[in-house]
Amino acid sequence: MLDSVEVTSRVGEILTAHKGMEGSLLPILHAIQAEFGHVPQAALPIIAQDLNLSKAEVHGVMSFYHDFRENPAGKHVLKLCRAEACKSMGADRVAAHAQKALGIEWHETTTDGRVTLEPVFCLGLCACAPSALVDGKLVGRVDEAKLDSIIGGLK
Amino acid sequence: MKDFIIPSDRDFGTPFVRSTATVTLNIDGFDVTVPEGTSIMRAAAEIGISVPKLCASDNMEAFGSCRLCLVEIEGRAGTPASCTTPVAPGIKVHTQTGKLKQLRKGVMELYISDHPLDCLTCAANGDCELQDMAGAVGLRDVRYEAIDTHFRAKNTSGEANPQWLPKDESNPYFTYDPAKCIVCSRCVRACEEVQGTFALTIEGRGFDSRVSFGAKTDDALASDCVSCGACVQACPTATLSEKSLIEIGTPEHSVITTCAYCGVGCQFKAEMRGDELVRMTPYKHGKANRGHSCVKGRFAYGYASHQDRILSPMIRDSINDPWKEVSWAEAMEFAANRMQGIITKYGQKSVGVITSSRCTNEETYLVQKLTRGVFLNNNTDTCARVCHSPTGYGLGQTLGTSAGTQDFDSVEFTDVAIVIGANPASGHPVFASRLKKRIRAGAKLIVIDPRRTEMVDSPHIKAAHHLALTPGTNVAIVTALAHVIVTEKLYDEEFIRTRCDWDEFQDYAEFVSAAHNSPEAVEVLTGVKADEVRAAARLYAKGGNGAIYYGLGVTEHSQGSTTVIGIANLAMMTGNVGRPGVGVNPLRGQNNVQGSCDMGSFPHELPGYRHVKNADVRAIYEKLWGVTIDSEPGLRIPNMLDAAVEGTFKGLYCQGEDILQSDPDTKHVSAGLAAMECVIVHDLFLNETANYAHVFFPGSSFLEKDGTFTNAERRVNMVRKVMAPKQGYADWEVTQMFANAMGAGWNYTHPAQIMEEIAMTTPSFAGVTYDRIEELGSIQWPCNDKAPEGTPLMHVDGFVRGKGKFINTEYVATDEKTGPRFPLLLTTGRILSQYNVGAQTRRTDNVAWHAEDVLEIHPHDAEVRGIKEGAWVRLASRSGETTLRATVTDKVNPGVVYTTFHHPDTQANVITTDFSDWATNCPEYKVTAVQVAPSNGPSEWQEEYNAQAARSRRIAAAE
Repeated sequence: MLDSVEVTSRVGEILTAHKGMEGSLLPILHAIQAEFGHVPQAALPIIAQDLNLSKAEVHGVMSFYHDFRENPAGKHVLKLCRAEACKSMGADRVAAHAQKALGIEWHETTTDGRVTLEPVFCLGLCACAPSALVDGKLVGRVDEAKLDSIIGGLK
Repeated sequence: MKDFIIPSDRDFGTPFVRSTATVTLNIDGFDVTVPEGTSIMRAAAEIGISVPKLCASDNMEAFGSCRLCLVEIEGRAGTPASCTTPVAPGIKVHTQTGKLKQLRKGVMELYISDHPLDCLTCAANGDCELQDMAGAVGLRDVRYEAIDTHFRAKNTSGEANPQWLPKDESNPYFTYDPAKCIVCSRCVRACEEVQGTFALTIEGRGFDSRVSFGAKTDDALASDCVSCGACVQACPTATLSEKSLIEIGTPEHSVITTCAYCGVGCQFKAEMRGDELVRMTPYKHGKANRGHSCVKGRFAYGYASHQDRILSPMIRDSINDPWKEVSWAEAMEFAANRMQGIITKYGQKSVGVITSSRCTNEETYLVQKLTRGVFLNNNTDTCARVCHSPTGYGLGQTLGTSAGTQDFDSVEFTDVAIVIGANPASGHPVFASRLKKRIRAGAKLIVIDPRRTEMVDSPHIKAAHHLALTPGTNVAIVTALAHVIVTEKLYDEEFIRTRCDWDEFQDYAEFVSAAHNSPEAVEVLTGVKADEVRAAARLYAKGGNGAIYYGLGVTEHSQGSTTVIGIANLAMMTGNVGRPGVGVNPLRGQNNVQGSCDMGSFPHELPGYRHVKNADVRAIYEKLWGVTIDSEPGLRIPNMLDAAVEGTFKGLYCQGEDILQSDPDTKHVSAGLAAMECVIVHDLFLNETANYAHVFFPGSSFLEKDGTFTNAERRVNMVRKVMAPKQGYADWEVTQMFANAMGAGWNYTHPAQIMEEIAMTTPSFAGVTYDRIEELGSIQWPCNDKAPEGTPLMHVDGFVRGKGKFINTEYVATDEKTGPRFPLLLTTGRILSQYNVGAQTRRTDNVAWHAEDVLEIHPHDAEVRGIKEGAWVRLASRSGETTLRATVTDKVNPGVVYTTFHHPDTQANVITTDFSDWATNCPEYKVTAVQVAPSNGPSEWQEEYNAQAARSRRIAAAE
């Protein structure tokens, strides 16, 4: 767990780096997520104060984007596409397999903290459906066997 | 209750557009001409066609999210939303076609598929726009089965529904029920656009979208929400509902009346069921508030039915006796005999009155008439003595009238606003919302205040300059601003030459140009960087329409009048007087403090600010009243108390004011009161002053009487009786009964007759009658033959006094100085949820926000004294000491501490000194040298005081 002093000082540095930028809220949230692996709630009032926004507004923006996480993810993040093209190619089946293999539901992390499983809506890789995103890297034609090898490779 | 026609307050869907160009278009076969930029929805509403809508409201910008207001335009593709589509010349619009009907029905079906159908038991039943729209589009069935919903706590198999959220009941006045929400965003937009607090947001997206107060973990009370009620007003469903509405049911009639809290003078619809008040909603056509409200006017009216309210007259021989409840007749006889006895024994001038700025003009007029026409002296004063008397003096001397120059609408044309010694976000919240709206639209703001208030820095508001001066140095800073304007030749020479006396200006220019008045020279006194002062002066002088708004931080100083004069000088030299968007605007504290001053409450002035030494003015009243009026000014409040201590002032009739709590140097006030032989307190509650009273007349609340209040913009607003007085009589009737017991022989039967007398005798009110106010909604004085509809802007073609007068403003430091024993400066102020001494707001659920007064102290000052957040501290000055809790904040500068004076337990005025304004005796509340130290609990004074108060409030049991 990060202590609040650490959050405050590092968020402060990120805010300073974005001074004067127009529409800087999203870049700041991205930078904070890159820094901490998630956006700590404690950072939001500091951002709000700095950007002359209310804490409600910052909360509204952050909660709009599913990619900004409130809590740290597992060591690896596995995202499975849930959109139409992938569904027509068996994404539901693959997803059920992933949940069973990892023993977790959507948005959960395995108890050993190794893998976080998340749904995503269209990775733009419909031609190779069903598709997945493994730690930011695109993978196509994901069937059960491929999924097992992916999970097996996530140490 | 008076019968009158309520002007339509229907919703036009989108705001009025201020444009000189007009556009003609055709809607459903009818031509309509509207200002360019108007929405099709509003144009249709102008000819009486209401296009179905859910997310639009004419107090906020169009949003285009509900998709109900679709229309078809000949020659254009698709079905645009009428709220977001502006009119264009010659277009033909259809608001009702087969295609539109089908689309709207489809949209409504989707809304209803995720909305509970419990209309019969819903708080908004009969008051619900969703219900109305379902009817308007002819919704007869819903094809979608509600499986995944937000409104069922459990799904069909009895499992908890994670989409369902419980009600948020944290706010004492309204409930947020997420199950009923259609996510139209009206509440969020009202909070942002109307109120300007930005406490609400939409959290999540798509089907997961929810209205959220504050951050993720906040509820309504913990968020930034100031409970202004704008969101509740905006909500088309029962999602945000007043708790009183939920409990009582929908109102069946309403009466337009005026709020009895601050000087903004908001108009409200008192929505009633029988004689029970269901809710107060801001009145759209109220010219001061334009449909907006704050937590006090909107919700904090519960004091009127609080159990502490005294409903029966009481008397006692000595203040050490318990009170005895008696009949009105007995109380009148007792009071009249005592007063008569005092007059016989100690003379005509041994008695006096204090009029209330909380009561109506008519009631105030009667009280001053009581002392002038019955007691036959001029011993009358009012609480304006302790707040805006320097405004009366300063503006009277320079401009010629003792009042603000503008109406509140003027702020919509302001380019640069200076807010000095005022925190409108707390004290005048509805005006603050209007100012903030203008600032978000691009106007610049300069704040002159020792504290970093909400106006300096809050969401979407950032003052261009914050001159955080040391308390007590207003004159130095205002003169330094003038120095920059004069020496850098930023003044408006043409304006000065035509409207003021050029030679007089030369004299003033020479004075302010002196080196000792430069920003660099005064920096050591004020603590404000010279560059900042120079930049602020340039901005005000050359930034377009410049308006100055000021409050008690200007007046409650030993040089209060001088600062007011300095402010008027700034406005005159930059030509910022006499048109919309400019002016000098005192933010008056109380609902009728302007009115009580107008009504002749001051000891030297008859109604209309005419000096008692003028024989011709006295003659008007002498003829009418059949008495001889004293030509000598009477005693001011502090003089009355001094005289009481000396033994020459023995009897006081105090109407609706708690001088013991609100006047400076509490110990002196209590000594004065204790020395009197007859103190009559006329109030809703046994207030602190009543601890020293012999007679108590129970008062009536603003809901229980007819009359008028005059707000800070000189606007005479109607106060209408919505229920019978709980204690039997309106306050004007009580004063009349007492006067008649003293042999006056008055026989007013309605306040309208009192207003007739005021109009007949006072030139600036000559054209004011109740019928005329009914007709016009409200009237800004002067209202006479020259201005039959009243005067929104003063000094348009020339100053009331002729030529504007420049008066030199030499800075003289207050005698109240810091030293080794008292190294800190205490300044006082208010917070939003409480009102003045708190007699009303402490008796409402507003205590949820502010249960006690706290001392703000800078982290540096706190640390060297070992004071931690929330700790008890002893606050001591040369006058006295008290204890309260501290909060550590950098809102105040090092060396400055700040507190409020809303709670009698704190008794902040035990601390304040008896220094006062040189011209008007307005006490110097805003500067006191103090020391702060850790403490264990209440001071000896507080304990003694509480014991005395408890003893004094005893009421003898009925036999």
